[in-house]
Amino acid sequence: MRVALFVPCYVDQLRPQIGLATLDFLTAAGFEVDFQEEVICCGQPFLTAGETKRAAALGARFVDAFQHVDAIVTPSGSCAATLRRHLESLVAAPAAASVAAKTFELCEFITKESACPPLSRPFPHRVGLHASCHGLRELGLGTPTETRAATRIDPARELLSRIPELEITSLDRRDECCGFGGTFSVEEAAVSTRMGLDRLEDHGRGGAEIVTSTDVSCLLHLEGLSRRRTLPFEIFHIAEILAASALGHDLRASAEPR
Amino acid sequence: MGHVDRAREFVRDESRTKWHDESLWFVRAKRDDAADTVPDWEALRDEAATIKRDALSRLPDLWRQFETAATEAGAVVHWARDAEEHNQIVLDLLEERGFRRVVKSKSMLTEECGLNPFLEARGIEIIDTDLGERIVQLRNEPPSHIVMPAIHLKRSEVGKLFEKEMGAPVGLDDPDALTALARKDLRKRFIAAEAGITGVNFAVAETGSFVVVTNEGNADLGTALPSLHIACVGLEKIIPAPSDLAPFLRLLARSATGQPISAYTSHFRGPREAEDIGSPAPAMHIVIVDNGRSDLLAQPSFRDALACIRCGACLNTCPVYRRSGGHSYGTTIPGPIGSVLEPSRDPKAHAELPHACTLCGSCTNVCPVRVPLHHQLLTWRAHLAEGGHHPTRRRVAFGLAGRLFAHPRAYEILTKAGRRVARRLPTAWLDRLTSPWTEARTLPPIPARSFREQMRARARQATKGPR
Repeated sequence: MRVALFVPCYVDQLRPQIGLATLDFLTAAGFEVDFQEEVICCGQPFLTAGETKRAAALGARFVDAFQHVDAIVTPSGSCAATLRRHLESLVAAPAAASVAAKTFELCEFITKESACPPLSRPFPHRVGLHASCHGLRELGLGTPTETRAATRIDPARELLSRIPELEITSLDRRDECCGFGGTFSVEEAAVSTRMGLDRLEDHGRGGAEIVTSTDVSCLLHLEGLSRRRTLPFEIFHIAEILAASALGHDLRASAEPR
Repeated sequence: MGHVDRAREFVRDESRTKWHDESLWFVRAKRDDAADTVPDWEALRDEAATIKRDALSRLPDLWRQFETAATEAGAVVHWARDAEEHNQIVLDLLEERGFRRVVKSKSMLTEECGLNPFLEARGIEIIDTDLGERIVQLRNEPPSHIVMPAIHLKRSEVGKLFEKEMGAPVGLDDPDALTALARKDLRKRFIAAEAGITGVNFAVAETGSFVVVTNEGNADLGTALPSLHIACVGLEKIIPAPSDLAPFLRLLARSATGQPISAYTSHFRGPREAEDIGSPAPAMHIVIVDNGRSDLLAQPSFRDALACIRCGACLNTCPVYRRSGGHSYGTTIPGPIGSVLEPSRDPKAHAELPHACTLCGSCTNVCPVRVPLHHQLLTWRAHLAEGGHHPTRRRVAFGLAGRLFAHPRAYEILTKAGRRVARRLPTAWLDRLTSPWTEARTLPPIPARSFREQMRARARQATKGPR
């Protein structure tokens, strides 16, 4: 199966190691992975800022680049959600619907394809799993606390729970928003900060040493807050943890030194 | 001053913000527990959503049917195009009888119309009889929540207020004692009242009847004593038949406060029967108010918001509302539903409200009538941007970024240069350049090579083969 890897701009620029971990993990799972340099953005920031035309233009580029692959996989729940939920209404091209339908968040894709490589290396850490709102409530990855509908599997939790010696810590509020919210994080910086700190405190109460998520944007926000206050958390994307367990990637060496 | 500044001010008081957040989260959790007690909660939401959407699709017919049935039952029906007409109708009803003392149960509609200040300016005493409403009325401030108007206040603050207004002993903060004081004070007002005003939760077309839901019984007492009952109802409150009430009554209190049902669910149909000879004959007047509702109905993207039954669940679950307080929105109705409704009234004034939201989607999931709140907020952003109501700064920034992301080569050159500069700048400078992101966050180390560059390096290595 040929899979296109979509690496959004902020992962490209700020957390390239997450892109590499995703690539290596998908390869280990037996997929032939393509990376196309021309696609930088799914259009999400533009869509949420109300700049629909710009979002549509980027959406059209996305459809153009990826219409012929079997699936598009991204280490970002919110990008996947944007494409899945909005691409069709933004882009008139007939291929838009099929591109939207074959775009997946990494854990979602691995679980759907039952293609997880052996997660054999132990990861002896207490890990707090931050639910990405868009993964949870737009892609349906898990059951939100609000709904009484039938339970859905949370692929991220499911994959993490297969890793030996990894303990998923508990939360008082297991699916409260971290307060990133795109432009919200800078335009409403005060509330955004409060929301993020509340999440970190919750993870702290649960005893998490590491906080992880399917969404890089949530993590950049939480990491920034944690660093500023020198809180005792390490923040890793779930692809990094999966690659560490499956392939022996060294989590801490993966960031290039300054 | 907009939501951003008022929210910043609110959040500054850390312990108060926590307290506010936790008080509302407690209500949200009670709502979850209450939903658990209904075997088919999601099906019930579907049913209610369907009834409301059907009703919204034929409002004129349903209201005509209501008017006929209500008139037959002895009520007088009035139609108000806007807040002004509504207020004038109420004033005329009072003045033609020479009434000057009015009690009113909770009604967001009269809040929206500014009825209290309108009547007060004309020498009429109007007393809010819902305890929370009474508290904010005495403080001369608007409600901060549509179901719990005084949720932003601590009981010690209520104690201080009552000390001033009702002679409460200094330092009294026992909720029962405070309630007893308010009750005693309100009792006098009830007895003296010449007219009672209520809102309406549901108007039933088939019977010309309506339902008012309270926890304090204040709507009942306020309409049982005075001879005149004025019910003010928004255009969206109609449902076809009495049997349609069931799903709403099951959903409303559970969604609002986690109660299985509100303490009082009062059905009204026509004026009550005449009592003693000599006392004025009881009269019921119903004022049906549009005030922008039909404009919203004409907008396919937003008409579903008229299905709202004002339960407040979206406020309780909203992580932004919980941490910024109802007053930060500067609107009659705060929180997600307010941010959907208010921009249609005044797009310019409320252009930033749809951005007081992270699009987390929790509001949509709790809404008992399935208003797609967060998607409507997203749609508002697009409408308001197109309408020219967004700040230039945002439009320019996204215009530039949009062009950059469509030109990979330019993106590559600029980001590479940007990272190179960033890696060399002292942290303080870099922080200043990237504020307000860095207002409370520290930037991570900036990587030397982007993902793209590392991919190219890998490819080069692969063609060279193993050494």
